[in-house]
Amino acid sequence: MKNENEKMKMNNNSADLSATSANSVEVASERATPELKQDSIVATSNVSQSSKTPKDNYAGDIVVPINWKTSIIFTVLLGLACLFVLFSTDAQARFSFIGLNETALIQIPNVNLPAQITIMVLTVAMAIVTALSYYKAIQRQKMNIAFSILFGFSWVFAFLIWQIQGKETDFYVTGLLSMTMALSAPLIFGAMCGMVCEHVGVINIAIEGQLLFGAFSAVLSGSVIKIATGNDGLALLGGVIMAPISGVLLGLLLAVFSVKYFVNQMIVGVLINVLATGLTAYFYSTIMTENLALNSAMKLPVVRIPILADIPIIGPVLFDQSVLIYIMYILVIGLQYMLFHSRWGLRMRACGEHPKAADTLGVNVNRTRFRNVLLGSAIAGLGGAYFTIAQGLVFGEGMSSGKGFIALAAMIMGGWKPLNALAVACLFGFTDAVQILLTTFGASIPSQFLLMMPYIVTVFAIAGVIGKVTPPAQEGRPYVG
Amino acid sequence: MTDSNPKADIKRVDPTMNPSKANPKLSKEQQQVFIDANTPRRNDPEATSWHDTVYQILSSTWLVSVLSVVFAFIIGGILIIAANAEVHVAAEHFTENPGGFFAVCWDTFAKAYFSLFSGSVLNFNGADFAKMIEPLTSTLTRATPLIFAGLGLAVGFKASLFNIGGQGQIVMGALLSALIGFSFDLPAGLLLPMCVIGGFVGGAFWGFIPGILKAKTQANEVIVTIMLNYVALNFIRWALLNPVYQKEGQNVPIAKPMSENAIYPKVFGAAFTTNFSFIVALIAVAVVWWLVNRSYLGFEMRAVGLNPFAAQNAGIKVNSIYLWTMIISGGLCGLAATSSVLVPGTGVSQDVASTFGFDAITVALLGRSNPIGTCLAAILFGALKAGGYVMQAQTQTPIDVVQIIQALVVMFIAAPPLVRKIFHLPQPIGKDILEEVA
Amino acid sequence: MKLELKGITKNFGDFRANDNITFTAESGKIHALLGENGAGKTTLMNILFGLLRPDAGEILIDGVVQKFSGPNDSMASGIGMVHQHFMLIPVFTVAQNLILGNEPVKSLGVIDIKTARKSVKDISDRFGFDVNADDLVEDLPVGVRQRVEIIKALSRDAEILILDEPTAVLTPQEISELIQILKQLKEAGKIIIFITHKLKEVQEVADEITIIRRGQVVGSAKPSDSESEMAALVVGRKVSLTTDKKPAQPSEVALEFKNVSLVEKTGAIRLQDISFQVRKGEILGIAGVQGNGQTELSEVLLGLLHPTQGDIVLNGKSLLKMSVKERLNEGVGFIPEDRNLYGLVEDFSVEENLVLDSFDRLPYGKFGSIKPKAIRASALDMAQKFDIRLFNVADKARSLSGGNQQKVVVARELNRPLQLFVASQPTRGLDVGSIEFIHQEIVAQRDNGLPVLIISTELDEIYDLSDRIAVMYRGHIVGIVDSSTDRSTIGLMMAGIDPSQSKTGKAA
Repeated sequence: MKNENEKMKMNNNSADLSATSANSVEVASERATPELKQDSIVATSNVSQSSKTPKDNYAGDIVVPINWKTSIIFTVLLGLACLFVLFSTDAQARFSFIGLNETALIQIPNVNLPAQITIMVLTVAMAIVTALSYYKAIQRQKMNIAFSILFGFSWVFAFLIWQIQGKETDFYVTGLLSMTMALSAPLIFGAMCGMVCEHVGVINIAIEGQLLFGAFSAVLSGSVIKIATGNDGLALLGGVIMAPISGVLLGLLLAVFSVKYFVNQMIVGVLINVLATGLTAYFYSTIMTENLALNSAMKLPVVRIPILADIPIIGPVLFDQSVLIYIMYILVIGLQYMLFHSRWGLRMRACGEHPKAADTLGVNVNRTRFRNVLLGSAIAGLGGAYFTIAQGLVFGEGMSSGKGFIALAAMIMGGWKPLNALAVACLFGFTDAVQILLTTFGASIPSQFLLMMPYIVTVFAIAGVIGKVTPPAQEGRPYVG
Repeated sequence: MTDSNPKADIKRVDPTMNPSKANPKLSKEQQQVFIDANTPRRNDPEATSWHDTVYQILSSTWLVSVLSVVFAFIIGGILIIAANAEVHVAAEHFTENPGGFFAVCWDTFAKAYFSLFSGSVLNFNGADFAKMIEPLTSTLTRATPLIFAGLGLAVGFKASLFNIGGQGQIVMGALLSALIGFSFDLPAGLLLPMCVIGGFVGGAFWGFIPGILKAKTQANEVIVTIMLNYVALNFIRWALLNPVYQKEGQNVPIAKPMSENAIYPKVFGAAFTTNFSFIVALIAVAVVWWLVNRSYLGFEMRAVGLNPFAAQNAGIKVNSIYLWTMIISGGLCGLAATSSVLVPGTGVSQDVASTFGFDAITVALLGRSNPIGTCLAAILFGALKAGGYVMQAQTQTPIDVVQIIQALVVMFIAAPPLVRKIFHLPQPIGKDILEEVA
Repeated sequence: MKLELKGITKNFGDFRANDNITFTAESGKIHALLGENGAGKTTLMNILFGLLRPDAGEILIDGVVQKFSGPNDSMASGIGMVHQHFMLIPVFTVAQNLILGNEPVKSLGVIDIKTARKSVKDISDRFGFDVNADDLVEDLPVGVRQRVEIIKALSRDAEILILDEPTAVLTPQEISELIQILKQLKEAGKIIIFITHKLKEVQEVADEITIIRRGQVVGSAKPSDSESEMAALVVGRKVSLTTDKKPAQPSEVALEFKNVSLVEKTGAIRLQDISFQVRKGEILGIAGVQGNGQTELSEVLLGLLHPTQGDIVLNGKSLLKMSVKERLNEGVGFIPEDRNLYGLVEDFSVEENLVLDSFDRLPYGKFGSIKPKAIRASALDMAQKFDIRLFNVADKARSLSGGNQQKVVVARELNRPLQLFVASQPTRGLDVGSIEFIHQEIVAQRDNGLPVLIISTELDEIYDLSDRIAVMYRGHIVGIVDSSTDRSTIGLMMAGIDPSQSKTGKAA
């Protein structure tokens, strides 16, 4: 190595000398000395795999900087897990798998785990993954995502065991999962809304307001129809139709102001949120309190899909659900396919990536943006209906409680891809569900800290993971033509 | 252009002349021609006829602002009418008595806005002068936190940072300010300034987090500040149940009261609610004006806000400017907390931030991120709030309508072309949509 | 087939971009439209392509008047355009780019990608383009992207092909390939309109030349006409195509790059073992096709990027540990390659831009506070000294013409005591008058004994200014040669081929 460096130095000295004397021919020939090339290829074996580098011009041993980020995150989490071990006892952690639906064909018995030992085992697994991450970092290779998932799963599991150790009551896993589903659904709808809007080039931070307005108008219109016709089915249908329409109304504001009049999209979004909060609160405290029948609870039918619903644990969670959830499945899968394989998807993504190019090919950019913002807003409006008529609840002031923003975060972390965003939304829903269950469980952690968790996770994710995902190139920028 | 005499051109360099209003849609070369062609006309006084003057007024920005406010109030009025119980009754008898229906509508509309006015500016039924101007002082009281937080947002906008985290920063400012306020036994001359600084530091800390994340990892400050709002909200819920903050013998979230020496004195005497935080706010306006327009940091902030790449090339440390801007922005929001914490009574509470952090966005936008404009906008919104409570009490119109009006005002002001279209006003000369909206 | 433009006039506000332009093109010929930057060529072609509507005049194809209300209409009439900045979506595949706006679909609007692939293959086979339908455009080299643009136009049955400054981003090899393609298309009976400001290319490729100046047709020329004759028509007066300069008198070494390398975290090598020296009183020109590491080189020098290894020394001091500000204070004067993005805060006033890097020192600022009066006085002074033509120094820099904007940047940099002057693409997109001024200013700095580093993709500029020329290719320096070296050698070096290797024997 030292030898080689010396050679390098000499080489450069001569390069400088000869360069100033304009005798470059000699320099160049020396540069290409085969022996040197050979040496440096050995020294830079990692670099040589880079596609950007032609194999024929190596001159020095260039070292790629090490990316420690993943390893550092793992180390911090591992440290926390060690605390779990310290504070754990040899008491039992009781898990129950009893399905919500007692007719399920297969029942899994309860599992009682010894807390300290289980946490230890999990921590050792995490330690191995952490060590692996350091090894991979030094080798300048990427870690397999499966290891990260394994780490995350172990950490959450260890945390859960630490919290429920020694409690007399069972921890219902199926309950946790179905609650996850319920808490994720609005996030998924919101994320899909953001997806459509951002792929076409418009940042929509009004998802929160659209969810809220959707929840409000689903109940209001349903109640009005119920009073007028007395027919529950018609009322629900009206609610499901009016929720997306109300989303579209707010989307219309976003489209008119940001697409037609080029007002900053973030600012319009914030204003729409203020407006939606104000409008719903205003009508809630006037007409809905004046006449309680205008805010009546109604519930969309729950449909059980035979056979699929009998799968243990996940069956009832996924396939014994409200109609709205099935609409959501279709939506996510449809978006995932259509965004990347249809004329609609191609054109709208072109408007978000390179609107000028789309324009020169005869795609009307601002019209495409306008329409797709409305489409996205309709999705968010429909998602709002989940808060109320899908769960059979009445409307409450500010009931979207920041879900729209978390949906936005899920979309970003999902890298603007529907299925990935779905996964992230479920993760957030899961965190929220853990928090709620642990609060009722009387866990040692104050519930407020658990409530903070989804937000903190999002902040960390945005700060740490976001680096890799690329948003549509022209999102947030008005197209003036 | 290129072969004209340079000496002749240099004469045009006259700092006292009005800035040109070049059309940014034109290319640079085109604009140059445009400016050259206009030059003689600008020096010719006869070129401005009365027609031009009328046109100028009709296309000016302040007219658009006034019309935006009027239009927002009209829509607000429609909402007030739509939700009024008497109107509903009258509507049922519309076919029998349409005139009566409209009379009720007008009555509702007028009553609501009259009570809004009398609750915010002058109370005509006041027994004496003090009672009559009391609404005005209550407007100033309500405006104070909005001035602080609005300034915070405005500073952020200058560096093109969108700090939606006002809510959280106010909460953190309140917590630190209150902690100092009930923990120390010091003379007022010392304790009160310490509490005020505590408010600033608490908010600044909560602004530091998105700032450092933006600087180090390019994390979008909009999303981070939104998330931190919820973190702060949960944190204060926990803190108020914690013995450090909780009043002894309570099991509900009620905080310890402030020390007497940590209370802002009243400005206009004990009869009025306005306290010295209003004066502090006015000082903050002056300081922020200097900071933005005259200081090195302000110059750097504006450069970074308009073009971070050019700023970086000129040796400005863009990331540290982002960090400092967020710290100052958060600190100013934190000061907003002091005006409601450093008062007699329980001091800090869960909803100490009310909706100040969000209102501040609209305040700063309405004030066009200019410190003095922001101050005036805050007073306008303070008036709406003060009047809104009176309106709610007198006419049962929920105060939420004020929030709707605020959002509408700013929305319209942000889109002057829309307002012009609604009122059929002409487009201003040489101005472009982009220039106005930017 | 015959294309006629008759009396085309287009105004932007008070400015007339096209003034009564009449122009005819026939199939089987390559027509060049020659003119300076800002002469109105692109406006004219945007009118022809339907992106803009003329205020007066008409477009005729085979004698039939055409009414274009958008690019769709012009494409339907057989007009295809290859834009200067490629109109390709980087994250789409070649096939997806090809069909955008005209997609073959199956039911439910799902794209029939097989048809799209076939159409790419057909055209590439017919004209011998080597393009794969499923490659992502962002992974393709610039030359291939341009071919995708041409295929895109041809796939819509374009009979009239407009190419706007097509050679700006190509290597000499790619340019000759492009010329081959154009000749082939010409044989196939297409009308080709070639827009450029480069005289040499016109002579090489065109059959007919129309010259535009300030929105008007000022004449036509034959490819055989001399360069200086054409230049006089383009500019409207006699111009010297070269800057007059005395021979360089280099003294001691001032700037030295020692084995500088830059590797990204992804492992992509941006700079590889760059070593060179610049002496006081000489101009070193760095030539190379755009995107071969020149930007990174300048950013490493200014301190925006940090080299993975190596050292940069100015007057015996290492710059490596210094911030941008400290380097500027060391006397580095820097003209960035994109003045609108990196050189100016366009929404700042001219006076603020003139102190963008010195607002915090006397006489412009004191005790943390800037002094508007001192800034204005110095701005007026600099405007006069550097012949910056403006209406008011308080105007936004955005309102200035490109040449005057660049003069603002140059004035700002030269207003400080300098130890080194670096200019990256100093005259890109400027008119001839401004180019002359800036070139003279650069040579004057050299004659004052400053070391000067010029980075340019325009070989003409490199030859015009440099005393020595370094050629960059894929992040490394292929060689450093004397400015008397002929163009073909430098052309080969720009493609990464080092001619000295084959000549080693002779040289030794």
